[in-house]
Amino acid sequence: MSEAPPFRYIGRRRRAVEHRRFVTGQGRFAADIALPGLLHVAIVASPHASARIARLDASAALALPGVQAVLTGEELQPEIEPMLPGVDAPEVRRFPLARGVVRYAGEWVAAVVAESRALAEDAAELVEVDYDPLPHVVDPEAALAPDAPLVHPAHGSNLLFRREFVWGPVEEEMAAAAHRLSYRVRWGRSATVPIETFVCTAQWNDAAGLLDVWASIQMPKFPDLLARCLRLPGNAVRVYFDVDVGGSYGVKRGLKHAILVGYLARKLGRPVRFLEDRLENMRGGDMQGPDRIFDVTLAFDPDGVIRAMRLRALDDVGAYAGRSPFQLGKPVGAIVGPYMIGSVAYEAISVLTNKTPQEAVRGFGQSPTNYAIETGIDRIARFLGLDRIEIRRRNLIPPERFPYRIPSGTVYDSGDYARVMDKALAAAPYEELLRQREALRAAGKLAGIGIATCLEPSGGNSSFEPLFNPKNRTTTWMDSCLIRVDLNGAVTAIMATSSSGQAHETLVSTVVGEVLQRDPDSIRVIHADSLSALPSNSPVGSRMAIMLGGAAAGAAKRIRAKLLRIAAHNLGLPEAALEWRDGAAVPREAPERALSWDRLVEIAHREFHNLPPGMEPGLQESFVWEVPTGGALPTPDGRVQMYPCHSFEAHVVLASIDPETGKVTLHRYVVGHDCGVMINPDVVHGMTYGGVAHGLGAALMEKFAYSPEGQLLSGSFMDYLLPSAMEVPPITIVDHCTPSPLTEFGQKGSGEAGYLGAPAAIASAINDALAPFGVALDALPMTPAAIWRALRAARTARAAVEPAREPA
Amino acid sequence: MTPKPEPITVEIIVNGTPRRAVVEPRTTLVDFLRDHLGLTGTHVGCEHGICGACSVLLEGEAVRACCLFAVQADGLSVTTVEGLAPARGALSRLQDAFCEAHALQCGYCTPGMLIACHDLLSRNPRPSEAEIREAIAGNLCRCTGYQQIVEAVMLASGQEVAHV
Amino acid sequence: MKAAPFAYRRAESLEEALDLLATHGAEAKLIAGGQSLVPMMAMRLARPALLVDINRLPGLKGVAFGPQRAVIGATTRQRDLELDAALQRAVPLLPAALAWVGHVQTRNRGTLGGSLAHADPSAELPLAAAVLDATLVLRSRDGGERRLPAREFFLAPMVTAAREQECLTAIEWPIWDGPGVACAFEEVAIRHGDFAIASAACQIQCDAEGRCRRAAFGLGGVAGTPLVFPDLARQLIGRHITDALAREVAQAAAARTEPGSDTHADAEYRRHLAAVLLRRALLRAGAAPARAAA
Repeated sequence: MSEAPPFRYIGRRRRAVEHRRFVTGQGRFAADIALPGLLHVAIVASPHASARIARLDASAALALPGVQAVLTGEELQPEIEPMLPGVDAPEVRRFPLARGVVRYAGEWVAAVVAESRALAEDAAELVEVDYDPLPHVVDPEAALAPDAPLVHPAHGSNLLFRREFVWGPVEEEMAAAAHRLSYRVRWGRSATVPIETFVCTAQWNDAAGLLDVWASIQMPKFPDLLARCLRLPGNAVRVYFDVDVGGSYGVKRGLKHAILVGYLARKLGRPVRFLEDRLENMRGGDMQGPDRIFDVTLAFDPDGVIRAMRLRALDDVGAYAGRSPFQLGKPVGAIVGPYMIGSVAYEAISVLTNKTPQEAVRGFGQSPTNYAIETGIDRIARFLGLDRIEIRRRNLIPPERFPYRIPSGTVYDSGDYARVMDKALAAAPYEELLRQREALRAAGKLAGIGIATCLEPSGGNSSFEPLFNPKNRTTTWMDSCLIRVDLNGAVTAIMATSSSGQAHETLVSTVVGEVLQRDPDSIRVIHADSLSALPSNSPVGSRMAIMLGGAAAGAAKRIRAKLLRIAAHNLGLPEAALEWRDGAAVPREAPERALSWDRLVEIAHREFHNLPPGMEPGLQESFVWEVPTGGALPTPDGRVQMYPCHSFEAHVVLASIDPETGKVTLHRYVVGHDCGVMINPDVVHGMTYGGVAHGLGAALMEKFAYSPEGQLLSGSFMDYLLPSAMEVPPITIVDHCTPSPLTEFGQKGSGEAGYLGAPAAIASAINDALAPFGVALDALPMTPAAIWRALRAARTARAAVEPAREPA
Repeated sequence: MTPKPEPITVEIIVNGTPRRAVVEPRTTLVDFLRDHLGLTGTHVGCEHGICGACSVLLEGEAVRACCLFAVQADGLSVTTVEGLAPARGALSRLQDAFCEAHALQCGYCTPGMLIACHDLLSRNPRPSEAEIREAIAGNLCRCTGYQQIVEAVMLASGQEVAHV
Repeated sequence: MKAAPFAYRRAESLEEALDLLATHGAEAKLIAGGQSLVPMMAMRLARPALLVDINRLPGLKGVAFGPQRAVIGATTRQRDLELDAALQRAVPLLPAALAWVGHVQTRNRGTLGGSLAHADPSAELPLAAAVLDATLVLRSRDGGERRLPAREFFLAPMVTAAREQECLTAIEWPIWDGPGVACAFEEVAIRHGDFAIASAACQIQCDAEGRCRRAAFGLGGVAGTPLVFPDLARQLIGRHITDALAREVAQAAAARTEPGSDTHADAEYRRHLAAVLLRRALLRAGAAPARAAA
């Protein structure tokens, strides 16, 4: 930001209050919960992608001393309710343990419970299961063929969900435009893969009839869903949100884990923990991400202005679904990216295959969509011989057009896209990158510059639910905060969800400190449990700066208003004559009569006789905030306000490729980023750096690869490659601030920053490097082997034309 | 005759204090620290030697505590994240720099990362950025993209942090 | 991922270790650094009934220099070798290879002998041993000492010529005397510190005019064992290592590879990499002595 923020604490550097416990080893993660008599679970998993369970014999396992139980789907399924996909597909029923058939390799078949995890693993080896393999399908397009094996025969098809939207005169625009360009890109199956696996510990109390749950969870409505699946009233399940979650970025949604553990704890009358090991996590943890084929047609004029887009996204959700089909729905709210594309046809298709299920991943489907769109922008530029920056300039929504309604019905709140792109280009600086690209090329490397300009919809609403499921009438996705001020004047703010690294305690204390003008470091923030909590929809959809920040500000403003009322009453002044200054109520005309914080707190807590008539004693206020712009159902033609706020990022990257090995090196990485007012710049920057690194992984090395037999080939950290500090380059972030008119302080969300544009930008750089060869890669990840194959194909083709020349 | 997997008594000096326990031979050092001693600061990420979350100092050198059985550490000294601070309630310079530079988010890889950086600084008090990156390459972090970790180590070693 | 149960003995002497091996045969397994073995046990891909810990045997540690050879104890930590300046001069290929091995934490614990005995075909140290044809010294209670050239030691992925009652005690590395010795280690892995998709190593000695006097090279990750090419190496003798020569030799070597395929790289790509990396290694090592002399 160019000028100092008009805030006392917001926007200023402040150490995250969470850090101290983590650097001293005093975090409290789900695996750290030690309960007396704790039992441990190990899983017997299906070795087949599709099979009938012919026989299961646990007698040898049960005979092992220390083994308490072997639970099978035969026993469990009748006792619980199924987990259903968010879309209307009641026959796609999902249970923690398979019964009768298995639908993917790694699916849980039995759970062994023993006095130690090692013992549980010993016993799991002794569970004998005979399988009759059944036909399977792993390719999503093959899964739609009429004769394909059905993953869920009762559902009648492998098509889990399909809807085609047409927003505006797409056909007419396609016909009228000078050019049409069609292409296919593929987003590889990757995920967020936190370093902590999923962990759940549960304890049943017979006397209270209460299930206590400690889980590494980041999931909207988790306690309610858990209770319902366990056929318990909601108030019989207490989920502790004060558990530190070791990274999530979307995927920590172990509902099936919690159902299993909760059932076992109740059945056995002892606390039970399931701590996924890494192999269980990768194969059967159900946390793999979007796996998409995009078919895109763009219609544009000779000046590069895009008139219409047709986008078909076919997503392989795996063998079961939770919220994953909705990951095709959220991008509806930014379906044209930051561009003025006037009409759009969007076909969203979710397909079932015999693979590990897909879970929510950072951006909830937006990053793959951004990659598909950005690929097209680059292709149009190449087709027309236009500069890739210039074509973006011609299509980006200009600042004077905000608020801007896109064809699918969402209004973008604010932005200054070209300016942010220019700032990123200036920081690179772009001319220098051009020079370096030429120098690298002269030195025999392939070199390319990548550009991506993308949106991060933020403020996490769930409008995709009614959009994709007419039976779902959800129009609120509220969040909340409760603030109490104790007798001694100390402030405690209570949030209603767990955190997985987003520094929510820092966020809330900063915001509350700002409103009350109290030192944020004096404000304690705690995480409620689900029975004492106000409603929350958890930190999804880049929503907490907006939603938790907004709720905390709302509650703090109520505290402030109450104290001002008390002051006015005691001073005999109208409230309008007072102002809130430095945490005290100060008469504008007579500041010497100010009532201090301590005095006001004293009155609120002890002196009922000094309270205005009708005022509740004590000092506590809550605020439940509806998502700004939320509250409406979609129109019948599928137009909807998705998320309220729209952050923007412009990526500029210089990459080189070793022409002989295909190995990519990133030389310069710049992100221009506008998420409105930053509440804590370090936190925003940190998430952006991490998002770029995560996007680098998706672009270059991460993939859940499957064999034709449906076996996961990258089920360990030796094969599924998370980037290390040697692969992630230094990153330069350039801030810009276009405040949101919809939020308390002008803030927007940033939890998915970096990830939403990095895969597109890196792919853009690689294809720019390959462009002189006339080839392009159209699938992520772009591994050295894939790049080499493309180059070899180009050389072969060129050699056929110009046999004498050696291109590199 | 096949030998029996009998439990074994070990004594390991953990953060300066001798700790005696009876362990199964198959108990890894990290499970020993967490489950037997309740030192849950050291985390488990992959249990196959890739992620580095379980890093501890063994006789002053960083090692992966998932790739070592506790019985192998009998009689040796181990330092965990709980042992890095100079006193209770205080922070080491490195820990302080991690807080200052926002070198962590979820905190899960942090203990292992601190161990790796502590090991680096103990033999190279003024490492270059490239040396820092190499030293932490065996510790995977999914939150930070490593940048603020590099900055924290620069800060802890008294070097200018180039905010590029 | 907890190992199957096993019994543990920490050997106090080499004799004790050998006795345990002789007594328990295939049920016993030696553990040194454990950086590969422990993960394999955690995955229950290895499940010895008895683990014999040889980490604290004093006689198996350290570097000694004899005439024309460096003798390295089998349980010498990789990190100690990496930092050994004398070794750097005597057997430069070994530190060059170590720079690609894992990470500081794994090298702090991992041993030279452990890596060789594990015999991963993509690992760097077996390739270095094969290229220089180091001698592996094996001992057993009943068979005494047996010495095997590295090129006969590696038989297949994770399979060596060591007998189940034998303990690898030392590795003797030839020291190439005289000026003009240079080496190069080239590797492609997607991520730093991982096992190679393919790797190439060479050590070359050139005369003052830059002509090759002595050469050894090999390839890793492209067959069930590290591959060496003594006949091709002889073709370099007496010649300047030009781009054309390096390319020709590297391609001849790559043609003999038998790479496998996995999710990261197929056989064809690996074979291609073998040619590229070996050519680069030969050129880099071939060019280095000229600079050193100047």
